[in-house]
Amino acid sequence: MTSSTLIFVVLFLALFSYWYGIQRSIKVAGGATQVKKLVSLPRQFGLLTAMWCGLPALIFLLVWTFFESTVIEALLVQSLSVEVQQLDQSALGLYLNDVRLLSDSSAEVLQKADPDKVFAAEKLLEINRDAAWLKSGLVLILCLSCVAFIISRFAVDFRARVYLEKIIMRVLLACSIIAILTTVGIVMSVLFESIQFFSSVPPWEFLFGLEWSPQMALRADQVGSSGAFGAVPLFAGTILITIIAMCMAVPVGLMTAIYLSQYASERLRSYAKPMLEVLAGIPTVVYGFFAALTVAPFIRDTGEALGLSVASESALAAGLVMGVMIIPFVSSLSDDAINAVPTALKEGSLGMGATQSETIKQVLLPAALPGIVGAFLLAVSRAVGETMIVVMAAGMAANLTANPLDSVTTVTVQIVKLLTGDQEFNTPKTLAAFALGLMLFVTTLALNVAALKVVRKYREQYD
Amino acid sequence: MSDSTQKVINSLKKRHRKEKVFRAAGATAIGFGFLLVFLLITDIITKATPAFKQNWIAIEVDFQPDLLGIDGLDLTRLPKGDYRTVLRSAIFEMMPEVSGRRDKRSLFGLISSSAEFEIRNHLVANPADLGKKVTVWVKVDDDVDSYLKDDVVVGEPGIRISEKQATWIKKWVDSELIESRWNSEFFSLGDSREPESAGVKGALTGTFYTMLVTLVLSFPLGVAAALYLEEFAPKNRWTDFIEVNINNLAAVPSIVFGLLGLAVIINIFGLPRSTPLVGGIVLTLMTLPTIIIASRASIKAVPPSIREAAMGLGASRMQVAFSHVLPLAMPGIITGTIIGMAQALGETAPLLMIGMVAFIVDVPGGITDPATVMPVQIYLWADSPERAFVAKTSAAILVLLGFLLIMNSFAAFMRKKFEKRW
Amino acid sequence: MSDLSITEALTSDDIVIEGTVGTTTAEDAKMSMRNVNVFYGDKQAIKNVSLDLARNQVTALIGPSGCGKSTFLRCLNRMNDTIPICRVEGELKLEEQDIYAKKLDPVLLRARVGMVFQKPNPFPKSIYDNVAYGPRIHGLAANRAELDEIVVSSLQKAGLFGEVKDRLDAPGTGLSGGQQQRLCIARTIAVSPEVILMDEPASALDPIATAVIEELIDELKEKYTIAIVTHSMQQAARVSQATAYFHMGHLVEMGKTEQIFTNPTHELTENYITGRFG
Ligand SMILES: Nc1ncnc2c1ncn2[C@@H]1O[C@H](COP(=O)(O)OP(=O)(O)O)[C@@H](O)[C@H]1O
Ligand SMILES: [Mg+2]
Repeated sequence: MTSSTLIFVVLFLALFSYWYGIQRSIKVAGGATQVKKLVSLPRQFGLLTAMWCGLPALIFLLVWTFFESTVIEALLVQSLSVEVQQLDQSALGLYLNDVRLLSDSSAEVLQKADPDKVFAAEKLLEINRDAAWLKSGLVLILCLSCVAFIISRFAVDFRARVYLEKIIMRVLLACSIIAILTTVGIVMSVLFESIQFFSSVPPWEFLFGLEWSPQMALRADQVGSSGAFGAVPLFAGTILITIIAMCMAVPVGLMTAIYLSQYASERLRSYAKPMLEVLAGIPTVVYGFFAALTVAPFIRDTGEALGLSVASESALAAGLVMGVMIIPFVSSLSDDAINAVPTALKEGSLGMGATQSETIKQVLLPAALPGIVGAFLLAVSRAVGETMIVVMAAGMAANLTANPLDSVTTVTVQIVKLLTGDQEFNTPKTLAAFALGLMLFVTTLALNVAALKVVRKYREQYD
Repeated sequence: MSDSTQKVINSLKKRHRKEKVFRAAGATAIGFGFLLVFLLITDIITKATPAFKQNWIAIEVDFQPDLLGIDGLDLTRLPKGDYRTVLRSAIFEMMPEVSGRRDKRSLFGLISSSAEFEIRNHLVANPADLGKKVTVWVKVDDDVDSYLKDDVVVGEPGIRISEKQATWIKKWVDSELIESRWNSEFFSLGDSREPESAGVKGALTGTFYTMLVTLVLSFPLGVAAALYLEEFAPKNRWTDFIEVNINNLAAVPSIVFGLLGLAVIINIFGLPRSTPLVGGIVLTLMTLPTIIIASRASIKAVPPSIREAAMGLGASRMQVAFSHVLPLAMPGIITGTIIGMAQALGETAPLLMIGMVAFIVDVPGGITDPATVMPVQIYLWADSPERAFVAKTSAAILVLLGFLLIMNSFAAFMRKKFEKRW
Repeated sequence: MSDLSITEALTSDDIVIEGTVGTTTAEDAKMSMRNVNVFYGDKQAIKNVSLDLARNQVTALIGPSGCGKSTFLRCLNRMNDTIPICRVEGELKLEEQDIYAKKLDPVLLRARVGMVFQKPNPFPKSIYDNVAYGPRIHGLAANRAELDEIVVSSLQKAGLFGEVKDRLDAPGTGLSGGQQQRLCIARTIAVSPEVILMDEPASALDPIATAVIEELIDELKEKYTIAIVTHSMQQAARVSQATAYFHMGHLVEMGKTEQIFTNPTHELTENYITGRFG
C-alpha cells in the first residue's frame, strides 16, 4: 500500500476505534444504564482509543518515510557488484539515478539498457515491494496492539479524560513546535548544501569574486577554479534593484500614510484603504508580468526617444514595479508608526502656531522615525527576497553595473535559474543556489531582527 | 502690533505655500496609487479580452475512406485515419489559386495544428458523415487569430503573417468563412504549446489540489499551535523562542521555503516532485505563521470572563479551550486562514523550486500527479514568445485575481460582521 | 440639604442655571468672548458662555470634570479646529479682532495665544531645540545669536535656565516632570505670545514642582494675559485674580477670586468650593 492509502486506512481504523472504545467503556460500566459509574464520559474513552490507534501509527509512518529512501539505497548498493560499491559519491549518485529511472521504464527501454543496471533496477523494485509490505504490516500491527493495550486498561475508575487531555496537550505542543522545525529545516537545508558547495568553491571566491557564470564552470570540468562563482555581480544587482524599489516605495508609501492619517477626509480614506489592499493583494507574478510586458517596453521606448540606450530588461523597470508592490507595505507600517506618536506632541506643535506640514516634518516624523526605520528595513528585506518580479523582468546576465538602464541579475533570479529545469541535484551549480539561499536567508533574517528591535524599542518609548 | 507678531506675519506667506506643496505631494502620492491600480487593471483587462474569443474557420471536408486510408465498414478504425491528408486536400480545394510547395505550406500553417483532431472528433461523433462532404469548423492558427483580433498590419514586429497570407485571410473573411466565437476551451483545456489550444483547466485543477492540501494541513496545525501558545503554554523563554520563530518565519522570503521543500521534502523525504502534495506542504509551512498570528489575536480577544464562567461550571482547561474559547474565536481564525490561503494562492516562487514549473498537458487527477498552479501557469505563459500567449496570460491573471477578490472580500465581510462582538 | 441629595439634584439637572451670576466683563479686556456655544457633533459642550480675560491678569477656569473647561480654553486659540466634529458659535475676540473670522490665520492666532497642556509634552529634541522650535518656524530670529538670546531669556523667564544651562543639548524628554512642564512654558514664551492658555498645567506634577510652576505663573502675569484651567481650588485661589466656575457647559459664576472663594453667590459654586462634589 502506498503511504497515502495507509493514512486513510489508519484514519478509518481510528474512527472505528472511537466507536469501539465507546462500546467497551459502556461494557466496562456494565451496560448503557450504568454509564454514570464511569469517572469519564464514554465519548472520552472513545476519543482516547482513537488517539491510541492513530497517533503512534502516523508518527511511525512519518519516521519511516523519512528514512525509507536512505535505507533502501543502502540496501540496494549492498546487493550490487563490488565495482559499483566502490564508485565515488557523485558517480554512485548518477548510477543510482539511472537505476531509478530504469525501474520506472517500459520493457522496450529495458532491452536496450545496460544489463547490470537492469539487474539493479529489478533488485530495486524487489526491495521496494518488500519495504511496502513491511511498512503496511507494521503500521497495522501498531494500530491494533495500541488499541488492545489501551482497551485492556479500561476500568470504571479509569481516568480517560485526564489521559486524553495529556495526549491532546502533547499534540498541541507538537503543532506549535512546527514553527521551530521549519526554521531548523531551512537553516539545515541551506547550510548543509552550502557547506558542500564551499568545499569545492572557496567562500571568499564566492563572496568577493567579480565573475558569475555557473554554466561555463559546468562545461569545462574545472569546477569552481575559474572564479565563475563570484557572486558580487548578483549582490550588486540585488542592491541596485532594491535601491530603485526603495526610491519608489518609501516616498510614495510614506506620503500616502501621512496624507491618509493627517489630511484625508473619512471618505477619501474609505476609498484609499481598499486601493492599498488591492496593491498589496496582487500576486507578485502579476506584477512581474506588468513589469516585463508593459513597464519595461515603455521605459525602453521612452529612453530611446530621449536618445538613451536602455536594455530591454532594465533594472529600472523591475525596480520600479517592485517599488509599487512595496508601497502598501511601507504605507501601512509607517501609518502604524505615525499613529503611535502621542497626540499631545502634535497638539503641542500646532498650539505654538506651527502649520500642519511643519508639525509633521519637524515633530511627527522625527518622533516616528524609529518606527519608520523599522518599516524601511522590513521593506528592504521584502525587496531583497522578492523573486517573481525580477525573474520575469530583470535580466539573467550577471553584469556588474550601477546603471539602472542596464540589465542586471539578482540573487533570487539566479536561485530560480539554477534550480529550475532538470538537472542533477548535487552539482556545484545547484549547490550554488543553496549558497545564495543562505546569503538571502541570513540577510533577510538580520534585517527583520534589526527592524523588530528598533520597532520594539520605539513602542516602549511611548507605552 | 508687537515686533514678533509682525515677524510672524512676514513669514506666513512662504509657510502657507510650503504647506500647500506638502499637501499636494501627499495627494499626489495617493493619486499615484489610484492611477497605478487603474493602469494595472485596465492594462490586464485590455490585454486579456482577446483571449476570451477564438476565430474559427469553416472547411468543406471530404471524408473519403480511401483518402483517410481506412476501411469504410470498420468503424472502430475511424480514430486512426489519416486526417491530416484529408484536411490538407480540403484546404487546398478551398483555395485552388494557391500552388507551389512553399505557398501550400504557408497556407496550411494558417490552420491550427489541432484542426486534424477536430475533424477526427467530428467524424467519430458523426460516423454517418463518412464518405460525405460536410462543413466542419476548426480553429485558425494563433498567428491568424492575433492578426484578426488585434488592429495590426503586416510587417509589424511580432506579426508572423506574410503579405500573401494576409490576402488569403482577407478572402476568408470576405466570404464569411471566419467566425469569432466565445472561447470556452480556455476553461476546459489543459496547457499546450499552441496558444489556441491552451487552457487553464490543468492549472485550475492543480491549484485546487494544492490549496486543498494547504488548507487541510495548515488550518488544524495553525489553530492547534495558536491554541497552545495562547491558552496552555507557560510563559517562559521556550515559548518566547517559539514566538520569535513564528514572527521571523513570517518574514522569510518565500523562495527560501522553496529551497526547504526541494532539499528536505523532495530529496530527504522523497515525496514526488512537481505534485500538489509537495506544493501544499511548502505553502503550509509558508502560511502557517500568518494563520497562527491571526488565530492567536482572535483567541486573545475572547474575554477572560467567558473562560472564568466556564471554569466556574467545572469544565477543565482543555474543555474550556475547545468548547468555549475556540468557537468564539472561530470567525477571526477563519478570516486569518482565508487571508493566508489568498497569499498561498498567489504564491509562485517556492513552487518553481519544487518542480511545479514543468510543462504538463494532462489535467492532474490527484495530489500526487504532476501539476502546475495558476500563478506558475501565468509565469510560463508570460515567458512564451507567441503573441497570443500575452492575451492568454492576461486572461489567466484575471481568473486568478477574480479568485483573490472573492477570498479577500469574504475575509473583509467576515471581519466586518464579527468585529467586536463583546 | 444633604450631600447625597445635592449630588442627585445636580446630576438630574434639577437646578436650573439661568445665565451667569457675577461679573464676566473686565475693564481692560485682552480677550472677550460673547455667547459662545460649542458642539461636538450633536452634543453641546459649551452653552452660551460669555466672559472676558483681563489684561495682565490670571483668570482661573474651574469646575467639575467634563464641564467644558478644556473645550472652552481650546476655543481661544482655535485648537478645536483640529477636531473635525467640533463646531464653535458666538463672538470671540482678541483685542477687537474676531478670532473665528474667515480671513484670520490660525497660525498667527496661535503665535499670539500660546498654550501649555496638561501633560508636559516636550518634543523628542534637545532642550535648546525645544525652545528654539517656535522662533525657528515663525522666523523670529535673524541669526544664531538672536536665537541663542531668545532661548536663554525664555528659559530664564521660565525659571529653568539655571538647572539646564550646562546641558542644553540633552534631550528635553530626559528632564523631570516639573522641569519638562517649565520647558513647555519656556517653549511657549519663546514665541512672545500675548496670551498664554494653560490646561491643568500642574496636574501631573508633584507638590514641589507645582509650587514652582505656580510661582512662575504669578511672575508671568506681569507680561502676559493668562487663562488657567485647574481642578485644584487652592491653586486657583493662589494664582488667579479672577475665577470662572463652569458647570455642565454653563458658566455659572464669575468674579474676583477672593469673592468667589470666600463668598460665592450661586448654590452650585458654593457646593463645589466647599468640596461637596467635583
Ligand atoms: N474630542 C471630543 N469629541 C467629543 N466630545 C468631546 C471631545 N472632547 C471633549 N468632549 C466632551 O465635551 C465635554 C467637555 O469636555 P472637556 O472640555 O474636556 O471637560 P473638562 O476639561 O472640563 O474636564 C465632555 O462631556 C466631553 O465628553
Ligand atoms: Mg480637561
